[in-house]
Amino acid sequence: MTSRSVFGAALACSLLVLAGAASAKDWKTVVIGMEGAYEPYNLTDPSGKIVGFEPDVAMDVCARMKVECKIIAQDWDGMIPGLEAGKFDVIMDGMSITDDRKKQIDFSVPYADVPAALATAKTSPLAKLAGAGKLINFDKDKAAGAATIKALREAMKGKTIGVQVSTTHATFAGDHLKDVATIKEYKTTDERDLDLKSGRIDAVLDDQTEIVAMLAKDDAKDFTQFGPMLTGGDFGVGVGMGLRKTDADLTAKFDKAIKAAFADGSIKKYSLKWFKIDTTP
Amino acid sequence: MTWTTALGFGERGWGPALLYGAVMTLFVSIAGLAIGAALGSLVAWAKLSGVRVAGAIGEGYAALFRGLPELLVVYFVYFGSSAALTGLYHLLGGEGFLGVPGLAAGALAVGVISGSYQAEVFRGAYLAIAKGELEAARAVGMGPWLMFTRIIGPQVLRFALPGLGNLWQVALKDSSLISVTGLAELMRTSQVAAGSTHQPFTFYVAGGVLYLALTSISDRVFESAEARATRGMRREAH
Amino acid sequence: MDIAFIWATFLRLIAALQVTLSVWALSVFFGAFIAAGVTWMRVGGIRPLEWFARAYIFVFRGAPLLIQLFIVYYGLSSFPAVRASIFWPFLRDAFNCATLSCALCTAAYQSEIFRGALAGVPNGQIEAARACGMSKSLLFRRIIFPIALRQALPAYSTEVISMVKATALVSLVTLWDVMSVALKIRNDTLVTYTPLLIAGAIYFVVNYMIARAFIFIEQWLSPHLRARSA
Repeated sequence: MTSRSVFGAALACSLLVLAGAASAKDWKTVVIGMEGAYEPYNLTDPSGKIVGFEPDVAMDVCARMKVECKIIAQDWDGMIPGLEAGKFDVIMDGMSITDDRKKQIDFSVPYADVPAALATAKTSPLAKLAGAGKLINFDKDKAAGAATIKALREAMKGKTIGVQVSTTHATFAGDHLKDVATIKEYKTTDERDLDLKSGRIDAVLDDQTEIVAMLAKDDAKDFTQFGPMLTGGDFGVGVGMGLRKTDADLTAKFDKAIKAAFADGSIKKYSLKWFKIDTTP
Repeated sequence: MTWTTALGFGERGWGPALLYGAVMTLFVSIAGLAIGAALGSLVAWAKLSGVRVAGAIGEGYAALFRGLPELLVVYFVYFGSSAALTGLYHLLGGEGFLGVPGLAAGALAVGVISGSYQAEVFRGAYLAIAKGELEAARAVGMGPWLMFTRIIGPQVLRFALPGLGNLWQVALKDSSLISVTGLAELMRTSQVAAGSTHQPFTFYVAGGVLYLALTSISDRVFESAEARATRGMRREAH
Repeated sequence: MDIAFIWATFLRLIAALQVTLSVWALSVFFGAFIAAGVTWMRVGGIRPLEWFARAYIFVFRGAPLLIQLFIVYYGLSSFPAVRASIFWPFLRDAFNCATLSCALCTAAYQSEIFRGALAGVPNGQIEAARACGMSKSLLFRRIIFPIALRQALPAYSTEVISMVKATALVSLVTLWDVMSVALKIRNDTLVTYTPLLIAGAIYFVVNYMIARAFIFIEQWLSPHLRARSA
């Protein structure tokens, strides 16, 4: 096989996919793809069932739309091709809504927005950073945002910060801290937390819920959350469902159902159950 | 949750899921090695045939799949074949997505990669057959088929066995990439368990031990096959 | 197709090639030395050393590299004793850990190749050399080593090439090689195939050059076989 025929095959495949997706559908069943390994958004129990915040939200909004929803497990590596090929119609995987991603797929309105937070060793000078626990919104309070970034840059000088790759946290660290600190990008948060404990990195930046869950464990008693919590700006508007651009009708239906589920407090209930805080955007 | 609970067979234990993953890994690797053997012998034959076009096709296939990252091959095999199948289904009036089962697509992907390596192993094994034996066979008037089943086949298998043992290990490793297809093989199960419980260390070690168990069983099989295949040969003196 | 995106992706991937190639070259280089030692233990005829070599090959060939890498980088560092030891400055660094893991793993495969090549040296040649009164070391230098080296080359090239691709796992320890940068670009932009195809093309070119180099070496070492080689 020559490389040209591979390109040909790829082209033929994408044409077939387009042909498949173009036919208008009367949505009776909707298939949702989740990774099943992103606790507490979605996780797998030992019997193979996917549970978590996102399955609860999905079942709730599907009932409102009067469609039958099926959740299937999909490794992240195959998520977008799976959506494009029609293996499933919706991605729910703690996926942040960003402008770059919007070029490829459509997003529903966000169903969760968790502020970012920082953690470090209790003995680190970083632990004394001012503004602990305060919520800074980069969109709503520009002056406070600029002051926070200035203070963070000052404190992080020469330090090493761990973030999960391809998250809004990585974007923020890359935009504002890269020139003063070393940014280490990890594939999963578990691996990054191990490196915080071994002392390879000085601080981590992540969802506040992740930080709280990590610090709650026995082996993390020497570590603490520090500094303000951050939202808006690089952190975006939150996580949403990903859908094919050709399915605007389905996206509109989900938007309506998600808004209704916010209005009667259902999603808040699930977020308190799984995240222990209210993650309403 | 202690590691004994996490790996156990109780309600919250991942023991059964991990064992199921190990069985899936074994299935995909065996099927992949078999598909690879078929493709590999075909390509080896094409390269040895002396027909220019066949040789070039064989060469191109081997170079492409040995050179490309395995993940890319798995992508194309799985999403390519599924898209083709879905397209065909739509032509016949069907609706929705028709996926190639993860096990089949995974085995095909592992097989296509393995075949590109097996071709070289088979070619090397054929070239290692003493020329005199082939001449002798021709001299006694053996036809090509008889010569293949009596002289070439058995000796190629004998010479290829150590190389195939290595490729079996490669197939086991490659099978860990087919989680893209949604198949819960051993590596994906370990990663899902690690991500769901936040205990990566426990599950990576457990996964590693199960891979070693698979290796130890297959090592036995290859050792006894090698002993059987070389029973007529002189033992090496060093 | 968006030419600007393709070009930007290509530049980022080419920049990451440095990580891929340095982990690859160092691990294959050091792996060859470890493999030579392991092979010597495996066939040297000293029982305890042979058992050690067998165990080494079993573990490092049998467990996936991803898991080995995890244990070397994250596993060892979770023990305070390791962090207090003189090895910590070395093990603290992700690049060192990645190279060490890849070297240990490829050494297991390489030593099996070396062993197979040694076993493939024809008995007649060895007997002839002994009959001429060659000493053990001369026999190894003049007869066994050159023949084994030549016989090992095809399998060795396969192992060396698969190591180029195996280095794609080092992103587990925060090293961003060609494949992982391609995956990162995909995650950020959700463009699936373009970054992967460009990465695939880069790997293909690199591996093709390595394969050609081995074919060249093989032909250079086999002047007497030239008429026969297909």
